[in-house]
Amino acid sequence: MLRVDLDILQQWIAPNSRVLDLGCGDGSLLQSLRDNRNVEGYGLEIDAQQITTCIERGVNVIEADINRGLGNFADKSFDSVLMTYSLQVLRRPDRAIDEMLRVGKECIVTFPNFANIRPRIYLMFRGRMPVTKQLSYQWYDTPNIHFCTIRDFENLCRDKNIAILNRKVVTKCRPDRYLRGLWPNMFGETAIYHLSK
Amino acid sequence: MPDGFPENSVGLVAPQLFRFEGPLELSCGRTLPSYELVVETYGELNAEKSNAVLICHALSGHHHAAGFHSAQDKKPGWWDDYIGPGKPIDTRRFFVVALNNLGGCHGSTGPVSINPETGKPWGKHFPPLRNRDWVHSQARLADALGIEQWAAVVGGSLGGMTAMRWAVELPHRVRHCVVIASALKLTAQNIAFNEIARRAIRSDPDFCDGDFIEQGKSPRNGLALARMIGHITYLSDEVMGARFGRELSSGTFMRGLDAPMEFQVESYLRYQGDQFADKFDANTYLLMTKILDYFDLARDYNNDPIAAFSKAQSKFLVVSFSSDWRFAPARSREIVDALIAANRDVVYAEIESTMGHDSFLLPNPRYAAAFGAYMRRIADTIEPRGGDDATG
Repeated sequence: MLRVDLDILQQWIAPNSRVLDLGCGDGSLLQSLRDNRNVEGYGLEIDAQQITTCIERGVNVIEADINRGLGNFADKSFDSVLMTYSLQVLRRPDRAIDEMLRVGKECIVTFPNFANIRPRIYLMFRGRMPVTKQLSYQWYDTPNIHFCTIRDFENLCRDKNIAILNRKVVTKCRPDRYLRGLWPNMFGETAIYHLSK
Repeated sequence: MPDGFPENSVGLVAPQLFRFEGPLELSCGRTLPSYELVVETYGELNAEKSNAVLICHALSGHHHAAGFHSAQDKKPGWWDDYIGPGKPIDTRRFFVVALNNLGGCHGSTGPVSINPETGKPWGKHFPPLRNRDWVHSQARLADALGIEQWAAVVGGSLGGMTAMRWAVELPHRVRHCVVIASALKLTAQNIAFNEIARRAIRSDPDFCDGDFIEQGKSPRNGLALARMIGHITYLSDEVMGARFGRELSSGTFMRGLDAPMEFQVESYLRYQGDQFADKFDANTYLLMTKILDYFDLARDYNNDPIAAFSKAQSKFLVVSFSSDWRFAPARSREIVDALIAANRDVVYAEIESTMGHDSFLLPNPRYAAAFGAYMRRIADTIEPRGGDDATG
């Protein structure tokens, strides 16, 4: 995840609020939110090594498989529910978003945009599933089983009557950065959405 | 460190007896005029008395949690894998207090002690106890040691229940609560196993309706049977299969040979049962299993665990084990859900293990890493320090 994504995302989280971070990884986002914005939070994570790192950072990490849903959390029990770069690894991303909006008053989702020009070119000219710096797995061993594009995601939001409060598209590559505003689905690498229902 | 003990052992340890004068009011309404607790401590209490960790034992546990009682001791204390220099509960940094609970049979006041009013062993007349009584009896131990607040109260299984009870009963005295392989309350199946164990004991003719000490008898068969049943439930099908399979310890399936056959699992269980019957008191077993059965953290809080945990001021670590079916991960998740809903700080790890409920006592790298990381953070907030190689 890029530094810039985290910065944008943090601005959408109110100081002193209560958040749930799905797939919190090493806990750096929660740690930063706690230290900089006095945000109380819990992270769900499934990887043993990452969980230990979270503990070392003093982050409230809960071992859980998000694929099983969030049935243990009450409706609207969090101000924000976050999911950074995990949407594409879930068995049913659509249901996960439903759950996030049930448990949280708002939610923030970031995902890699599969319609970015680099994977497009890769697929078009090599005729193979894209392997890029950002998406560095082979098709058979990738945990990323549900890629989507910015347009796909917005269609899903429309079908589900989800309100998009904010959207940011970020790109690491310099030339693309100037173009992403004009054509986000072609030049955006990572999409960050702020949603509510 | 005396010769012969492993470097990461607390080494030679000796129990101490603490006597508490002055009545202890019990949950049942009765009062103990005085009582004794047998205690072991490891490590040094710091000047601020802020590094004390209380170890709460499980059903058949006691004060001897780590180290050795003599150079000839073959086995160390029951939680030696997790208490010692450089271990998850690092005795270079923490002052560790382990005791035999009130009602126990390893030296603390209990059914085998003499009732001062009658001059005879308490036996079945020892007052029924609740987990809450342990908390208050232990609070007086903390007072005696000059410990106003525990850095952590730590327990597995029944001990985890005691740790949770500490956190809600005396919230200002607990900074961290570590609950391992435990539950908010027992399930019906769990109570059922305890009742089978109790019936095994009561139906032994040598139980003498609980008066076996006076009659110079011991319900060894009943106790052994109770332990055998318990022991099966503390293991998993998988680990029993791996450890014993269908191997024979004597005899053979060969045709024509009619020597008595015995599976390894049979001789193992018999040995475990007999060992236990030699050193455990039947009335204590009845008492302890009743404490387990009656425990329900939320009962006095309108049956709402969120309301119960809202009283707590400590942070929590909750750990469960994948193959533990007696205190299943689902029971630990109930604890975690209530803690989150009560807005308490909590960390939860569900450790992959084939060892069943006993996992909490056994070596496991991931368990040690997560538990150790949590305890290290507690130690760091007491006294920041650098690498692991620093000496205490």
